[in-house]
Amino acid sequence: MSLDRTDVEKIAHLARLNIAEQDIQEYAENLSNILDLVDQMQAVDTQDITPMAHPMDAIQRLRLDEVTEGNQRDHLQTVAPAVEAGLFQVPKVIE
Amino acid sequence: MEWEAVIGLEIHAQLATKSKIFSGASTAFGAEPNTQACAVDLALPGTLPVFNGEALRMAVLFGLAIDAEIGYTSVFDRKNYFYPDLPKGYQTSQLFHPIVGTGYVDITLDDGTIKRVGVTRAHLEEDAGKSLHEEFPNMTGIDLNRAGTPLLEIVSEPDMRSAEEAVAYVKKIHAIVTNLGICDGNMAEGSFRCDCNVSVRYKGEEEFGNRTESKNINSFRFIEKAIKGEIIRQIDILEDGGHITQETRLYDANKDETRSMRSKEEANDYRYFPCPDLLPIVIDDDYVNQVRATLPELPDARKARFLEQYKLSDYDAMVLSAYRDLSHYFETVANTAGDAKLAANWVMGELSKLLNQNDTDIKDSPVSAEQLGGLLLRIKDNTITGKIAKQVFEAMWAGEGSADEVIESKGLKQVTDSGAIESMVDDVIAANQPQVDQYVNAEPDKRGKMIGFFMGKVMQASQGKANPGQVQGLLKQKLDALADG
Repeated sequence: MSLDRTDVEKIAHLARLNIAEQDIQEYAENLSNILDLVDQMQAVDTQDITPMAHPMDAIQRLRLDEVTEGNQRDHLQTVAPAVEAGLFQVPKVIE
Repeated sequence: MEWEAVIGLEIHAQLATKSKIFSGASTAFGAEPNTQACAVDLALPGTLPVFNGEALRMAVLFGLAIDAEIGYTSVFDRKNYFYPDLPKGYQTSQLFHPIVGTGYVDITLDDGTIKRVGVTRAHLEEDAGKSLHEEFPNMTGIDLNRAGTPLLEIVSEPDMRSAEEAVAYVKKIHAIVTNLGICDGNMAEGSFRCDCNVSVRYKGEEEFGNRTESKNINSFRFIEKAIKGEIIRQIDILEDGGHITQETRLYDANKDETRSMRSKEEANDYRYFPCPDLLPIVIDDDYVNQVRATLPELPDARKARFLEQYKLSDYDAMVLSAYRDLSHYFETVANTAGDAKLAANWVMGELSKLLNQNDTDIKDSPVSAEQLGGLLLRIKDNTITGKIAKQVFEAMWAGEGSADEVIESKGLKQVTDSGAIESMVDDVIAANQPQVDQYVNAEPDKRGKMIGFFMGKVMQASQGKANPGQVQGLLKQKLDALADG
């Protein structure tokens, strides 16, 4: 299976990746190679095998419903580029 | 050709856990921005989610309440999209293996028929934060307190055919989750939200039309209005030869209309995959049975019991059984007063009126169920009339004491002294000669109605305290004596 330029552009858009025009061809080839490998693996008969949700053969442990984290706003917002009135500030999002 | 609407609903119920679904931050509503958002909720590098067992229990309880298949192995998936109030860049949700599978609820339609509405699934996921667009000129403010609040998304089959059916379904789910105690049901605070998928087609057609999804609807009334408006909008477009675009629309309560928010065609690629940060949730029969043992009485069962045990009318039983706190209040009043019908009338009448007027929840009613029951006892033993009781109730509401205290301090005790009543009756008859003449000259079968005038006068003279039965008896006796004499 091979991807063309439009596929790469669409994936980049969905992932919000800014990619350079001259690199698109190379990405398309690399990604196509990965899909070829997947095609190769498709040959294995997995009919009676339940798909794994996780590579570890373990199940989720449950946490008790307790509030263990207090107000850490000042500390956590020291790494934020912009803060006002306790809110994280991001460039205007227009619906 | 006749049009038919096809409606399916997605309900997001915030689960009433103390802490978030994947972190130990508080879920309490109304805190200062970002004071309840910890490193996990902010998706800081190196943090990992730890699943809250209480969210699991609540989801399973809901599944059992709607007779659904329970997912013995359920898996969290990542739903990828970009928005600033979703710091991870994906919402942790369940697509392929939800905790609750196919179930159903029964709704009662206006004509009394019962309709079964299928629930496709209900899955666990996390809520996003809130974006505040209005407060700052060129920036959007982000509050992540809500991020990570556990949600149960309840997805219905497209089984509903009118706005009324949709509202009946939403009310039913609302009653179930609040009765189970797994959601506070507060629609104004966003604890219980509804997205409506609506399409129209010619009646009898098999295929569905293109649908739109209306979001952001936060009251039962708005759900009904939004769906009705959307059905009309779609029919108008189709009848003009147009085409319905599959899109997300936002309901604007001020304008009572939906408007286009975003087209789904391009953006709807969420690239779901199993979340590698979380392991599969595996439960067994023991777990499910333990949860099943805690299932409380649900509205349908309670309604049936109210019909049987208290002989209520169908309507009264339905209203009084819908919510746990209301049901409990009613039963306490009924048992204290020993009269279910009277209790039903007062709880649905005077009490509900004052609760609504003061925007008060029944849990916070200033008049307790025991106190209201005590008031009704005084009506039943003829200490006060029903009319005076309303006055006493208002005084009790205002904190002036128990029924007995108010009756005593205001001197509202019913007058049953026959001498006192007789003199009032005599006064009224003497003061209203023209009406007495009319009565005397009327056909005997018309006289019954005419007594009402004299009743009113005597009750007025007694300030409502005279025993109405005694007054009526005396009036009839004396007026008939005049007529026959």
